Formats: sequence, C-alpha cells, structure tokens
Amino acid sequence: MQETKNIERRLFPPMVEGEHTLASVSDKIGDVTLNKKTPFHWFIGFGIAFLIAQMLLFTIVYLVVTGIGIWGNNVPVGWAFDIINFVWWIGIGHAGTLISAILLLLNQKWRTSINRFAEAMTLFAVACAGLFPLLHTGRPWLAYWLFPYPNTMGMWPQFRSPLMWDVFAVSTYATVSLLFWYVGLIPDLATLRDRAKNKYFRLVYGLLSMGWRGSARHWHRYEIAYLLLAGLSTPLVLSVHSIVSLDFSVAQLPGWHATIFPPYFVAGAIFAGFAMVLILCIPLRNWYKMQDFITHRHLVLMGKVMLATGLIVCYGYAMEAFFGWYSANQYEVFMIKNRIWNGPYWWSYWLLILCNGLSIQLLWFKRFRESEFWLFLISIVVSVGMWLERFVIIVTSLHRDFLPSSWAMYSPTVFDWSMFIGTIGFFFTLIYLFVRFLPIISIFEVRTLLPEAQVEHAHEPFSHTEKVNEIQGTEDRA
Amino acid sequence: MDNKIYGLLAEFDTPTQLVEAARKVRDAGYKKTDAFSPFPLHEIDEALGIKRSILPFLVLGGGIIGLLTGLGLQYFVHVYDYPIIVGGRPFFSLPSFIPPSYELTILLAAFTAVLGMLALNGLPQPYHPVFNVPRFALASREKFFLLIETKDAKFDYDETRNFMQNLNAQEVFDVEE
Repeated sequence: MQETKNIERRLFPPMVEGEHTLASVSDKIGDVTLNKKTPFHWFIGFGIAFLIAQMLLFTIVYLVVTGIGIWGNNVPVGWAFDIINFVWWIGIGHAGTLISAILLLLNQKWRTSINRFAEAMTLFAVACAGLFPLLHTGRPWLAYWLFPYPNTMGMWPQFRSPLMWDVFAVSTYATVSLLFWYVGLIPDLATLRDRAKNKYFRLVYGLLSMGWRGSARHWHRYEIAYLLLAGLSTPLVLSVHSIVSLDFSVAQLPGWHATIFPPYFVAGAIFAGFAMVLILCIPLRNWYKMQDFITHRHLVLMGKVMLATGLIVCYGYAMEAFFGWYSANQYEVFMIKNRIWNGPYWWSYWLLILCNGLSIQLLWFKRFRESEFWLFLISIVVSVGMWLERFVIIVTSLHRDFLPSSWAMYSPTVFDWSMFIGTIGFFFTLIYLFVRFLPIISIFEVRTLLPEAQVEHAHEPFSHTEKVNEIQGTEDRA
Repeated sequence: MDNKIYGLLAEFDTPTQLVEAARKVRDAGYKKTDAFSPFPLHEIDEALGIKRSILPFLVLGGGIIGLLTGLGLQYFVHVYDYPIIVGGRPFFSLPSFIPPSYELTILLAAFTAVLGMLALNGLPQPYHPVFNVPRFALASREKFFLLIETKDAKFDYDETRNFMQNLNAQEVFDVEE
C-alpha cells in the first residue's frame, strides 16, 4: 500500500500539501485578510516601503516644478534611467501574465497558487513602469496628447513610430491585466463577503463581488471568459515586450538595430519576472505559513523556468556580440568593442554577465535549486542583472555613436536614483496593501485541486487507482 | 406559508451528490433549476442541461471590431485627414499599422469577454432571493446547493419538496422572495 502511495505521488504530485478540506482552504487563505490580527512585521515592512514611496512623491513634485533637467540624461544619452526603469518594470510584470495566462493554457496546475499575487505584481509593476515615460514627456499634464482624439490643434499622433505603438501596447496591457485580475478575484471576494464579520468589510467585499453566488450557469460563462482572457493575454504579453524592444531596434543606432531584440527582450522579461515572483513568494509563504499551497515543488519549478529563460537571454548576449562582428560594419564592430572591453562602461557589461550569465548556472544543481536561501539570493542578483542589461543596451550604445565629436559620458544624478528607488518603495507599498486586503492565493482555484472537489464517476473507464495499479503491475513484472 | 416563496433549495455535502441530484431533477422534467457550488464543476453543465454560452462569438465580434477600428483610425489619420510622409513610407504603411491594430483587437475582445460575461450572468446583482437562506453563505465555502424555482411549470410545493428530500439532500429550505 505504501508503495502504491509513492507511485501515486510520483504520477500525480500533490499541488496542495497537508490535510486540507474545502473549508480549511477558505479559512486559511481568507483569514489572512479577515480574522487574523495584522502581524507586526506587516507594519514594519509597510512603514519602510511607504517612507521610500514618499521619496518618489518628493522627486515627482520637484521634477514637475523644475523640469527634467534634474535628471542626468542629456545629448547624446537622451534616454537613460527613465527608459531603463520603464523596461525593467514592464519586464517584471510579464511573469505575472505568463503564470496566469500561458501556464493556464498549458494546463500547468502549479500556477494555481501563485497566479493571484503574480498578477498583482504585474499590475503594480506596470503602474511603476508607466510613471517613467509619463514624466519624461516633461509636461505630464499634456500626456493625453498621446491618444488619438479629434482636437482643435488639428493634429494626430504619428502611428508609424514605435513610441506610439508603446502607448497602445502598454495601456492595453495594463487594462487587460486589471480585467484578468479582477475577474479572477470575483468568486474569492464573494467568499470573503460571506465570511466577513465586520459590517464594512461585508459591504465593501459585497460591492466588489457584484452579488456573485456561484450559480452553475454563471460558472459556465465565467470559465469561458477566463479561458478567453488567458488566450488573449498570451499574444498580448508577447507583443508588449516585443513592441518595447522595437523602441530600440527600429532605430538605426548600432547596438539597437538588431532583429533578435523582440524574442530576446521577451525572454529577459520573463526571466526578470520570475526572479521577482520568487523574491515575493519566499517571504510570503513563510510569514503567512502558506507552505501547504506554495510548496517546495513550486519554488523548484520557478527556479527551472528562471534557468531556462536565463539561458535564452545568454544566447541573446552571444548573438549581439556575434552580429556586431559578423556585420563587418565599422560602427557595429566599434560598438561591441566599446561595450565589452574598450569603453568606459566595460564594467557594467561584465557585471551583467556575472549576474545574468554566471549566477544562474548554480540552478543546474539540485542543492541550490532546492534551497530557499539560494533561490532568493539568485533572484535578487538576477533582478540587478536585468536592470544592468538595460543600462548596457541603452547607455553604451548611445554615449558613443557615429560622430566622435558628439560623444559624452553619462552619469545619473541623485534624482535619477531617488526616483528609481522611490518606485521600488511604491511597488512594495502596493504589495503590502494587497496582502492585507485581498486574498493572496486564489481560493476557488485551490479548491479545485483538492481530492474532495472531484466528482466521482460510477463507471469511469480508466480511473486514478486503476492507472496506479497498472503501473505497479508492470513494475512488479519487471 | 405567509411569505411568497421563490423556490426550494436543497443542500448537499459533496459535488458528486450535487451532480447526481441534478441529473435526477433534469430527468424529472424540471427546467427552472440552478446549482450553486464554491468552485466550477464541469459535470454540472451536462447534468442540468446548460447550453454552451454564445460568449465566444461575442468575443470574436469584439476582436474584429477592434481590428477594424484600429486599421480604420490609422487609415483615416494618415491617408485622409493628415497625410504626411514619414521615413519615406507610403501613406498607407500597413506594417507600421499592425501593432496598434493588434493591441486594439485584444483590448476590445478582452472588454467583450469580461463585460459580456457579466451581462449574460446578469451581474452586478446585489440582491437575489437565495441569499435569504442563512445556510447559503456556505455556498462560497464548502457546501453545494440545488434550486428549483416556483416559476417552473412542474412545480408543486408539496410534491417538489418531497422529491427534493429524496435526493439525499442534507436539508431542503424554502427560499423566500
């Protein structure tokens, strides 16, 4: 019997560990928002994040009052921290959509317990990303000029520009991510509404859940809508970072003008995003004792995705260098030499290789892949590495282009840093609020993983136990 | 029976019981029925005889409208209203127009999926008679419910109540209007 159990575990590894029932799942996840006292560490974490977010507010106010001259970017490096941080944040968001949409279509059941906060992470990351181009316009109060609407100036946006494509891609991405996240939340908000003892909580969750009552007809349409949204988000997420990469590769600049950019950027986005998911979920599962739902296996699988996407990114680095050499174009060759060893920013390239290329090789080994500590550490290193990647692509390509007379060095000012670090504080402020007020794991989807949620068929041709017995039988014969 | 009743609601402990009961209710000829569960149950669609939703076609329509809006807008702007040569490309430069059209396709299709789902479900609907049964709060937690409305042609209070009690239900409740 024990052997049967082991084989069963191997064939159908459990997504939920421990002894859980429909009720205990609802209680365990719902109680974090409803009944438990807010833990002390929440106040500390939220406080720190909130303070850092104030730095962002201060920078924005100073920036709007003074102008973008407070940043370090200037000719020829006209794009610097604002676009580096924009691409970095957008990329982080992509893992959330990958987990919620692509893994749903691929029927990867392990996505179920991490999709909710990964989607929240997407939304908050996109919010941080959006700030940078918005403020880089210099007159953010006129940002609505980017949208096509009939106006008294008689002018229209220029749709042949990748920057315009970006406006459409990012605003669509933010909207669809919000819709997807909210639709996923509706049944869980109904659970919270029915469990809340506090009158105001009941009212707010009741309003947000729109009177969801779990009717079979509603579930039927709900599941269709959810699947369609996943199907729509999948090409969307791939297109968003492709379009972001076109901001660069449509330009003629050596170091940007390469066909490998779209796939290489998408892989990098997912790589960075999984690193951020790990950074968030390792503390979360420990603080809120969610190890039954975010199991060891989840972490290992995420480690493997990180390794795979990381290797694609490394292939991108190799190809960039190869393209530079193979082009036999003096500007391209110069750019590669300047980037890798001859230029003043050579250190950023090698730091990037160390962070994104070498550090992830540890994930080949079970010892590192299975250790929370190492996964957390590697994820932080990868996040730094992905930021450096954008720094390398943008700054080393721009600072020495075709005309030596227009070469210049770039260095960020204190306001570049305060804005960047400020968005990190803003991001974590939102994450802390989300953890406090909404269920961090999708309750209704975790319920479907439980054995007691399965409908038993009277005449199932090929049941679970039969399959196990059959395999055991063949092993016995062998 | 002073208050008008909306229907009868039976409570079940497991999804299997609910699906079996739903099949019997369907076979008995009841049409105005509904089931409630804390998570989606695929077997219930067949058991209650729920028809496949038209939502996918609406979403397809939404996507096509999005695509045409995108292409039409850019055609209007760059060919008709404000023709200007950029980068030596023709006025109608289709490859450049693909990204915005593509994004609008997805945007409108996604809105149709969400708003269409809510509209077809009749949500938001803060009040529904089933909420009058106190035990119904468990429908979002661990229990399964089956409803037969009084509007059903076959509905007869005593007979239907008897029938429902014989479905292995934990309990049968009157749902007040």
